[in-house]
Amino acid sequence: MTTAVSFQHVSRHFGSVRAVDDVSLDIAEGEFFAMLGPSGSGKTTCLRLIAGFEQPTSGHIEIFGATAEGVPPYRRNVNTVFQDYALFPHMTVLANVGYGLMVKGVDKPKRDAKAEEALALVALSGFGGRRPSQLSGGQRQRVALARALVNQPKVLLLDEPLGALDLKLREQMQVELKTLQRNLGITFVFVTHDQGEALSMADRVAIFNEGKIVQVGTPEDIYERPQTRFVADFVGSSNVLSPAFTKASGGPERWASLRPEKITLLRGNAAAPKGQLKAAVTVKAVHYQGASTRLNTVTAEGHQVNVTAPSSFGRVADGETLTLHWSADAFHVMEGER
Amino acid sequence: MSVTAAGTAAVDFGGGLLRRISDALFRKPMWFLALLLAPPLLWLGIVYLGSLFALLLHSFYSIDEFSGFIVYEFTLATYAELFRLSNMDVIIRSVVMAIAVTIACAAMAFPISYYAARYAKGKWKALFYLMIMLPLWSSYLVKVYAWKLILAKEGIISWMAEQTHLTWLLDLILSIPVIGGPSLSISYIGTFLVFCYVWLPFMILPTQAALERVPGNLIEASADLGAEPRQTFSTVIFPLALPGLIAGSIFTFSLTLGDYIIPQIVGTSTYFLGQAVYTLQGTAGNIPLAAAFTVVPIIIMLIYLSIAKRTGAFDAL
Repeated sequence: MTTAVSFQHVSRHFGSVRAVDDVSLDIAEGEFFAMLGPSGSGKTTCLRLIAGFEQPTSGHIEIFGATAEGVPPYRRNVNTVFQDYALFPHMTVLANVGYGLMVKGVDKPKRDAKAEEALALVALSGFGGRRPSQLSGGQRQRVALARALVNQPKVLLLDEPLGALDLKLREQMQVELKTLQRNLGITFVFVTHDQGEALSMADRVAIFNEGKIVQVGTPEDIYERPQTRFVADFVGSSNVLSPAFTKASGGPERWASLRPEKITLLRGNAAAPKGQLKAAVTVKAVHYQGASTRLNTVTAEGHQVNVTAPSSFGRVADGETLTLHWSADAFHVMEGER
Repeated sequence: MSVTAAGTAAVDFGGGLLRRISDALFRKPMWFLALLLAPPLLWLGIVYLGSLFALLLHSFYSIDEFSGFIVYEFTLATYAELFRLSNMDVIIRSVVMAIAVTIACAAMAFPISYYAARYAKGKWKALFYLMIMLPLWSSYLVKVYAWKLILAKEGIISWMAEQTHLTWLLDLILSIPVIGGPSLSISYIGTFLVFCYVWLPFMILPTQAALERVPGNLIEASADLGAEPRQTFSTVIFPLALPGLIAGSIFTFSLTLGDYIIPQIVGTSTYFLGQAVYTLQGTAGNIPLAAAFTVVPIIIMLIYLSIAKRTGAFDAL
C-alpha cells in the first residue's frame, strides 16, 4: 500500500508556541483519515502543512513520496475544503468550481463541462449560474467540495467542513462524504473537534493534544482502548477513574476508564452479583435523553461516575442511592495521563 | 428566591416625558426613521440639490453679449458654446489631466494599501493611518505653495539634480514638448505632481478598505486550486479591490476636474475647467456658460460610472 502523506518528526512553532510538536504520521492512499482534537491542539496546522500554507519549522513531509517542504500550495496536487468554504463571491458557482481548471489553462467549454459534472456529483446540477451568496450553507459546502474535487486531487483536505451546518444536514453530509470517498477512492484527511463525526466516518483517527499526537488507531481502538486519560476523556464520555477508586471497587490500583453503558444499576444499597466490581453512589443530576437517561453520580469518597440508565429502569430521583456494578474486564487500564 | 424583587413590576409604564417619547418611538418605528432622516433630507433636498438644480437651470439660459445681462429664455446656445475650440481645449486638457492623475494615484495607492491591509498590524497600522491623514491636516494652500517652491527653478529638486549631476536628466524631462516647460513649477508635469500629492490619500483610503475586506482564505483557496500568485492577483485580489479603486478614482477624478487653485499656482497659464468656471462667473459675469461648464464634469462622471458598472466593477459589492 502506498503512503499518501508522511510526517517525519514534523514541528511547526510560532514563536514560543509549539503548534505542532514532533509529529510523525503515515496516511495510506485511499484512506479516510480523521484528525481529532480540541481547538488549538495542532490538527488544523497539520492540515495546513499538508496543503502548503505553512512550512514546518523542522522535520520532513512527503506527499506520495515527494518532498513537500518549500513547495508552494499551487504546485501541490492537494486540494482543501475550507472551514467557511472560501468561495469567491464575485464569481458564479460554475466559475468557482471551474477555477482550478481555469488557472491551469483548460479552455472554457471543457472547463464548464467538467464543472457541471462535479456539480452533478454533489447533487447541485443547475445551480451553476447562481452566486455563492444565493446559496444556503449546505449548498455552499457542496460547491466547495465540487471545486476541490474537479481538480482530481491526490489528497483532499477537509478543515471542519461540517462545523457550520445544523445537526440534520451534518448527519446527511457525513453519509454523503463517506460514500463519495468510497466511490472516488481519494485519500481524505478530515479535521474535526467532533468525536462522533471522526468515529463514524474515519478509517483511522489521530487524537491531537497540545501539538502532539496522543493516539492513532481505528475508531474501535480509540473508543474501546484509549491509551491515555486525555483520549478517554475527549472521545465519548467515558468515566476516567483514579487509582484510589479503581482499588476501592476491587480492581488494580491504576488509572482506568469505564464506559457508562457497561455499568449495571441496582436500586438502593444492594449486593452485586458474584465476580462483579461494585460501588455505592448517590445521584447528583439526572439528564433525560429519551431512549435512556444519563445520571451523574458520586460515591461517598467524592468520586464522580457517569452512568446510563435504560428507560426500562424507571424514574430516578436526585439524591437517590444506587448500587453500580460491572465486570472486571470492563475496566480499561491506561498507560499515560496525557 | 424570586428574582423580581418586591416592588418591581414586570411591566413598567411609568417614567418621565423623555421616557414616554422613547416608548412612543419604539411603538412607531416609522416616526423614529422620519426623525432620523428629516434633517439630512432637508439639507440635501433644499440646500444641496436645490442649488444644484438652480445651477443646471442657469445653463439653459444665455447671456446677451451686447448688454451682458442674462436672458431668461430656454436655449441650448450656451451648451453649443462649449464646443467652441478654445472651450473644448479646456475640457480636453482637464479630462486628460484627471485621467493621468487618477491612474498615477491608483498605481501608487495600490501597493501601499495592499501592505496596510494585509501585513500592517497594531501600531504599524496606526502609523499608516497617521501618515496618510497627516497631510490632510495642514492647509491646502500652504501645501500647494510649498510645492511651488519645491518645483521652482531655484527649488530643492533643481538643487538636488545639480548635486547629483543629473541636471541633464531634468532638462531632458523639461524639454518634452507640451508637458515640459522652463521649470517644473510652470509646466504640466508640475501641476500633475501636485495633483497627485494632494489627492493621493483619497485613493489610498477606499482602496485599503476594499483590500481589507478580502478574506485571507480566498487568497489561500486560490493558491490551493493551483493559481500562481499573479493569477491570484488578477482573478481574486484585483477584482475584489476594484470597487475601492473605483471609489478612490471618483474622488481623484472629480477633485482634479473641479480644482482651480493648483493649476493657478503651479503650472502654465492655460486654463483648466475649475479656472474657467471661476473666471466666467467672476470677472466675465457669464453665469450661464459657467453653469454649462459645471455640467461637464457631472456628465463625465456619469459616463465613467456607467462604464464601470457595465464592466462588472461593482459585482463584488
